[in-house]
Amino acid sequence: MSLFTEFTIFVLAIFVGFEVISKVPTTLHTPLMSQTNAIHGIVMLGGLIVLGYANDPLEYLIGTIAVAFGAINIVGGFMVTDRMLGMFSKKPKPKADSKDGGSSDGGKA
Amino acid sequence: MIDGLSQALPYAVLKPGGDAATALYIVSFSLFILGLKQGTHPTTAKRGNMIAAVGMAVAVVTTLLLDGMGNWGYIAIGLAIGSAVGAYASIRVKMTEMPQMVALYNGVGGGAVALIAWSEIRHGISFGEMPLEDLIPTLLAAIIGSVSFWGSNIAFAKLQDLIPTRPLAVPGQQIINAVLGIGVIVLAIIIAINNEPPSQFLFILILIAAAILGNLVVLPIGGADMPVVISMLNAFTGLSAAAAGFALQNVALIVAGTLVGSSGTILTMEMATAMNRSVANILFSGFGGAPAAAAGSGEQRPVTSIGAQDAAIKLAYADNVVIVPGYGLAVAQAQHAVKEMANQLEKRGVTVNYAIHPVAGRMPGHMNVLLAEADVPYENLKEMDEINPEMPRVDVAVVIGANDVTNPAAKNDPNSPIAGMPIIEVSQAHEVIVIKRSLSTGFAGIDNDLFYEPNTSMLFADAKAAASEIAAEIENL
Repeated sequence: MSLFTEFTIFVLAIFVGFEVISKVPTTLHTPLMSQTNAIHGIVMLGGLIVLGYANDPLEYLIGTIAVAFGAINIVGGFMVTDRMLGMFSKKPKPKADSKDGGSSDGGKA
Repeated sequence: MIDGLSQALPYAVLKPGGDAATALYIVSFSLFILGLKQGTHPTTAKRGNMIAAVGMAVAVVTTLLLDGMGNWGYIAIGLAIGSAVGAYASIRVKMTEMPQMVALYNGVGGGAVALIAWSEIRHGISFGEMPLEDLIPTLLAAIIGSVSFWGSNIAFAKLQDLIPTRPLAVPGQQIINAVLGIGVIVLAIIIAINNEPPSQFLFILILIAAAILGNLVVLPIGGADMPVVISMLNAFTGLSAAAAGFALQNVALIVAGTLVGSSGTILTMEMATAMNRSVANILFSGFGGAPAAAAGSGEQRPVTSIGAQDAAIKLAYADNVVIVPGYGLAVAQAQHAVKEMANQLEKRGVTVNYAIHPVAGRMPGHMNVLLAEADVPYENLKEMDEINPEMPRVDVAVVIGANDVTNPAAKNDPNSPIAGMPIIEVSQAHEVIVIKRSLSTGFAGIDNDLFYEPNTSMLFADAKAAASEIAAEIENL
């Protein structure tokens, strides 16, 4: 992949990122941050690659720590986001007003 | 996605950088974007998170299937330890501690990138030299990763009260930071010029200098500015991942890292706007938490003080009540007591909404999560711009644990230190009840004019105790 192809992808991703994220309401900004933490865990791929092809003790150590850090991001990030979003989608206790029907289809925790 | 995998599987392994691997990475980042798009509404966000997680699974499995991968024992150890720590932390963390957790996740993310960069440099050394288009992003990834790792650890320590939240500054701090920043760049240029092979010694110096820089940049920033710092470090880790993507020529890393970087940047700008300060000012002034010296010059102004019973009566006979929570509410663990108070009011047919200032918590959207945890429906959580035009029609506004974000001086007094800061305009409501322990100042260190307005009543008490008491009084009315 040429450097310019990479830059093209990078620049387009900036625009997609701004477009999508700017529509996330303030209410969901904390889950957004923990979800982006999880997505940032994509660096674990880098850790897997360097560890998978490593061949000396220091690199085993560096790679293993990098993979562990990435896994913390992925597992911790997605799980805690799921936990938080469960609080938003759970149905409030009996409340007279507001539409009671199917509005929140997503799982109730 | 299943199709892609089963097509790839007969080959048993994927060629690194080959078409099949790249195609699967494209599937993976598309799922991230879809997942984030679903995150724009509370009812779909949970599904969006799942979609993004599936995207991650695709990316990880693809990588594990790359040709020539080995050291499975170490990989298993890394995955097991990381997953266990992440799962345990995400189950145990309290919602009030979310800022710490995100700070920590920012930190390990940056740390992972710095370590990967180090490993890449060592590969470059064993090959004799590294092409500049790999070396430069590797150096960038190392610098940004190391700064975010150490900066995030300091942010975590401050939020967790392991070190003082007040600004800690070393004399000549700006100069030291500038020297470190320039030094890091000069070292990187020297490595790039004498790139046959790249020097590991100089590379480690870069990691260390960037580490010190990360510490020194965050140490002087006060507790009140944490929402900005956390968002900014979030953006940094994203950029570091994108840089690592350039170095490894991996599209999934480039796109995912850039998405995270965009998100962090948007949140940083929103937080800075909400505090009416520039990001540079927050980073370099060490203001948040430093009480401004000449506050109010000690003049005594009369306030109206009421008890829980009076407050209960005012609230119970209102039609439209708005609760304005601040971080003090979370500190007092009063979320559930406040919700109970709101329940009592709703039973009597009073409409109760919550007006949430963007910097009401310790990170973007923090207060919303704390209230959601206490079962407040998200429809009742109103943003500042949504509620302000409604304020003149509000019968009673109850300010709990919030201070500066309600100070009318931000609008009326051009000489105020917070002049121009967007506020929740509670003073427009017919009546205001402020629940607060004393008349002490907020983070800005200035008197709040709201307390002395004729339609304001002060209820001097702990937020949790007061809310419970009011709830009980309303029930007995």
